[in-house]
This record gives sequence, structure tokens and C-alpha cells, in this order.
Amino acid sequence: MNWVKNNLGKWALSWPPLLYLVLFFLVPTAIMFVAAFRFPGDFGGLAPMYYVEEGRLVWDLTLENFQRLFEEPLYWELFLKSAVYAGVTTLACVAMGYPLAWLIARSPKKYRDLMLLLVILPFWSNFLIRIYAWMIILGPGSAFTHAVNAVVTALGFEPLQLLFTPFAVIVGMVYVHLPFMVLPLYANLEKHDLALLDAAQDLGASAWQRFWKITWPLSLPGVFAGSALVFIPALGMFAIPDILGGTDSIMIGNLIKQQILDTRDWPFGSVLSIMLTAGVLGIALLGALVARGGKRG
Amino acid sequence: MALLEIKNVVKRFGDFTAVNNVSLSVEAGEFFTLLGPSGCGKTTLLRMLAGFEQPDSGQIVLDGQDMSRVPPEKRPVHTVFQSYALFPHMTVRQNIAFPLKMAGWDAKKIASQVEELLEDVRLTQFGDRYPHEMSGGQRQRVAIARALVDRPRLLLLDEPLSALDAKLREQMQIELINLQKEVGITFVYVTHDQGEALALSHRIAVMSHGQVEQLDTPETIYSYPRNRFVADFIGQCNVLEAEVVAGNGDGTATIEIKGCGRMRVALRGEVAPGQKGWLALRPEKIKVGRALAVEDGEVHFKGRVNDCLYLGDVTIYLVEVGDGVVIETMLPNSAPGLAKLFDDQDQVEIAWRFDAGSFVTE
Ligand SMILES: Nc1ncnc2c1ncn2[C@@H]1O[C@H](COP(=O)(O)OP(=O)(O)OP(=O)(O)O)[C@@H](O)[C@H]1O
Ligand SMILES: [Mg+2]
Repeated sequence: MNWVKNNLGKWALSWPPLLYLVLFFLVPTAIMFVAAFRFPGDFGGLAPMYYVEEGRLVWDLTLENFQRLFEEPLYWELFLKSAVYAGVTTLACVAMGYPLAWLIARSPKKYRDLMLLLVILPFWSNFLIRIYAWMIILGPGSAFTHAVNAVVTALGFEPLQLLFTPFAVIVGMVYVHLPFMVLPLYANLEKHDLALLDAAQDLGASAWQRFWKITWPLSLPGVFAGSALVFIPALGMFAIPDILGGTDSIMIGNLIKQQILDTRDWPFGSVLSIMLTAGVLGIALLGALVARGGKRG
Repeated sequence: MALLEIKNVVKRFGDFTAVNNVSLSVEAGEFFTLLGPSGCGKTTLLRMLAGFEQPDSGQIVLDGQDMSRVPPEKRPVHTVFQSYALFPHMTVRQNIAFPLKMAGWDAKKIASQVEELLEDVRLTQFGDRYPHEMSGGQRQRVAIARALVDRPRLLLLDEPLSALDAKLREQMQIELINLQKEVGITFVYVTHDQGEALALSHRIAVMSHGQVEQLDTPETIYSYPRNRFVADFIGQCNVLEAEVVAGNGDGTATIEIKGCGRMRVALRGEVAPGQKGWLALRPEKIKVGRALAVEDGEVHFKGRVNDCLYLGDVTIYLVEVGDGVVIETMLPNSAPGLAKLFDDQDQVEIAWRFDAGSFVTE
């Protein structure tokens, strides 16, 4: 009884967000899960889940949708390719975001807020507009493309097409997701005790060793958090491949969107979505295990 | 030749001089202490020894080698930081092994050396713990073990005990003395706690405003402070305004304390008649009694007890001798029973030998 009394405040505060999550996350997920076992409707959407025959209720469910997925390697390749795109995007974000976050975290305090503001400044304009801007930058007529191709031809190669290639997709995804890497990394690096670096140097560590033995391991929680924030949305991305990618650079998100909106095959779209969610959960679980192992070892 | 020589070292921050022309040398195997009030430049001097700061002028020579171009990671010098600065993602063993790994020792030798150090600081069974799983005193010992493991020529300690409570501090002081004896490594120890400095050190450099005021053994510093600052800073001391009447030519001088009279005092150095200064006199060097026989070579006054401070082991009696001149005396409560000897307003006599105190200048 006492426990209830002591925690009444917590309950009162936590039920609205709980309710929100149940209504708008758990319930839709459940609906999608059920939809994966249903037949497509004659004109798209979903067929009825059951019918009544001779006064008895008959469930009209199927495993066909899953079968279709498992029998067609093309879909698996697409999953794999999406994972590679998201992985490359994540690595590029770490490679670019880490020095940036480090620079901000080690700047004088009075400049840090301004620098963080600059990092999130792109959010002030619309996502699609920013992607279309890249379409112009990477387009054949842009100064950027001309400059790149001037170098490429000077080196004796054929001029390159930048737009509508996997490269353009990666560029766009890195651009959009970079702040999600920088912010958690900054939050981590900013908290580091700089006396540890003095101590390491005092005990004989070179600058390189100080980074790899002290700063890097202590920043891993930030790297993991940033990677999750980049990898997960990148994996399901469809707008960027749509706009910047060619026919060969579509991702699993494009296929899901196509199934749901264009083909209107909701059951199969649901199957793909479930697999995507399961994949993300699996990777997150693996990451958590690795992180825990790293802490021990 | 001395192990460490600091020659005319100056360090400025902007137009503030943190270390002002310090010269001193430290012998191999010595427990050397830099003692001084907060902000007097102790840490700055230590950081120059470690290599984190560069002197603006002057020279630091270690083992005959000029250190000015040697970065911290290349100096045979380690520091025990006040915050310990243990690596939180490494176990105690990994922390202690760190300097050896950096020096490129092979794994087998590292393991045995680490075990030896763990034994030295009595932490063998804690080797696999993380720093956050240890108490303050244990962390302290890990920090010391880590800094000693590859036998540096010099160990720098910046107020290593200040984060510990009084009991633990005393215990750690004893451990530090023993450890230093055992490993034979030269310690340069920084503290603002004069009691700690007196207890630990072979020699002490008393600093103030970036300068060394006196460099001597603890006994000499305590008994014969060289100037007013040292007398005031170390222990309890009567500092009475005085003026030299005449030198006596036998290593003593006659001085006059206003409102109190003339007396003889032993000298350490030269004085001139008319020179102003202070008589520095430790409370425990003064005899107090209801009636004292006047002995040869003693300075003798009648007075009245103004205040008593009963401290348990000792009682401090403030005795007013002349016109507004109050002298602090201290007697052990060694008699059986309640042991306090005098009360407020008691008439007493006090006396001290002419060489019990010293005449100090600014
Ligand atoms: N990096 C710096 N920039 C400017 N001033 C500094 C710097 N480091 C130290 N100082 C100043 O130099 C003086 C001496 O500092 P230091 O840290 O050496 O004192 P300390 O004797 O160690 O004092 P404490 O007992 O408080 O640690 C102080 O007045 C301090 O403000
Ligand atoms: Mg200090």
C-alpha cells in the first residue's frame, strides 16, 4: 500500500505518455502485424479477415506474404543493400561528426552554444527543399560537378555522373543525419575529465595513444547513441533515394512505400515493414550486447 | 650533483607572476615539500616540473639534463593528481599497467610488475575492480601505485591527501613515508597543510607569492623561521613588534618590545641598531608559573592570565605582560586530575631563554 502511495506522483505523470505510446505506436504495430497475415483486397488495401460460412466464422489468413518474401532473393538483396547504405552513412557520419563534436566540446564555453546552433541550423529549412538543393549541387550543370570533373579528366578518367547514383544517395543521407551524430557525441565529449588526458600524457602516452586509449573508449556511448540515431532512420529512408538516387539505388523504404502507396499491396508492405523493424531490433540488441561486453573487457 | 635543479624559474600568466625567480635543488631519495598558502604558485611550479607548463625564464635540470625541450610524456617524472585522475574505463590492474604499456614492456613483465605494486599498496584483492568501486583512500593508493610502477626518477604529488578525512589522512601520511623509504624514489610533495609538511618531509620550501621564503629541514623551519611570513604560517607563534637597540657582538642582540621592555635575543644573521622587526616566539617554549626562579640567560616577565583555551591535551593561556602586550603560552595538561593550572585573572610569571625565540624581519 505504501509503495502505491509513494509512487502515485510518478504514475500520475507517466500515464499520458504511456497512453500515447500504446495508442499511436503499439496499436498500429499490432494492426500492421495482423495485416501481414491477411490477403490483399481486390482493389488494393486489405481483404476481409474472416467470412461466415454455414453460420460458422472462418478466419481468412495466410502465410503467403511471408512466403513471397522468402522465395524471392531480390528482396533480401534490397534489405542487404539498404543495410550497407545505412552502414556507410553511419560510418561517414562518425568520421565527419567526431572531429566536429570534439572541436565544439573543446572550444571556449562562450562559443559552444553558437556552434551547436550552427549544427542544427539546417533543420530550420524544409527537409525536401534541402534534398532538392543537393539535386542542383550534384546536377550535371553545377559548379561543383564541373570542378569535380575537371579534376577527374585531368587525371585521365572519363567525366563522372554524380546525380542519380549511390554516391548521391550517401551524400544526401550523411548531410541529413550528421547533426544526429554530432549532438550525442558532443554531449559525451563535453563531459570528459581533461585531467585524465594530462594523467595519460604524464604516464607516457603520446597524443595518438591518448586518443585511442582514453578519449575514444570513453566516447563509445556517444558513438553508439549517435550511430543508432543515424542508422535506424537511414535504414528506412525513401525520400532521398527517390530524389537523388537512380533506378539502381532504391532502398527497402522505397519498396515499402511502393507496396503501400502505389501497388496498394498492404499485406506485403506490412511484411516488409515487420522485417525492417525486426532487423533494427536485432541490430540494436547486438549493439547493446557488444557495448556491455566492451565495458567488461 | 643534485637530482633536480630549479634555476631562477619564472612563470607569468598575463601580467601576473605566479612563480617568481625560484631556485632550489632536490637530492636523490629526498622527500621534498613545497608548502604555502593557496595561490602561491605551488601547483604551477609542479606543472613545470611535469612539463605541462613552460617556464618563461630559468631552467629545470633533471639528472643533469635540461628539461626545457622534453615533453611530459618523455620525462622520467610522474604526477599523483589531487583528483587522482584514474581511468574510469580500466580496472585497477589496467590502470597500474598503463605506464608500462606505454613504455612498451612485454605482457609477462607487465603482469608481474603490476602484482608487485598492488602488493606494495596492499590492494592485491582489489585488482579487478573499477575505480568507482573503490573508496577514496583506496583510489589514492591506486594513483600512487600507477605513478610508481615504472620507477620514475621523480614523483610529484599535488595535495594528494586533501580529499581524505582527517583520520584517513594521518594513516595515509604514515603509509606515504614508509612507501617512500621502501621504493627510494624522490618525492616532491605539494601541500598547504603545514602539519602535513612538518610530519612528512626531509626538507621544506615555504612559498609565498611565487617566491621561496625559506628552505630548510622541518625542525629548523619550525624553530627558526627566517621571516615574519614563515613564523606566522607555520604553527602557532607569538609575533611581537620589536626594534633593535644594539648588537652584542656575541651572536645576540638587545631588542625592545614596545610596552614591554628590553631583552636579549639570539640572532641568525646581522642586524643594525634601529632596525625594526618582530620577535617570533613559540608558545610551548615559554615557561609559566606562579613564581619562577630567575635563571641565567632567561627573559622574565610578570603578567596576568587574560584568557584560557582548554584543548584537552594542552591549555593555551594568554598572558598580558606589559601595556597591551599579550603573549600566548601553552602548557601540557600533564598533571593528574583535571590538570588545568591557572584561571582567568591569575597573576603569573613567564620566562624564556634568550635563544628560544628569534628576531625576524619582513
Ligand atoms: N592557467 C592559468 N592562467 C592564469 N592564471 C593562472 C593559471 N594557473 C594558475 N594561475 C594563477 O597563478 C597563481 C598560482 O596558482 P597555483 O595553482 O600554482 O597555486 P597553488 O599554490 O597551487 O594554490 P592552491 O593551494 O590553491 O592549489 C594563482 O593566483 C592562479 O590564479
Ligand atoms: Mg594547487
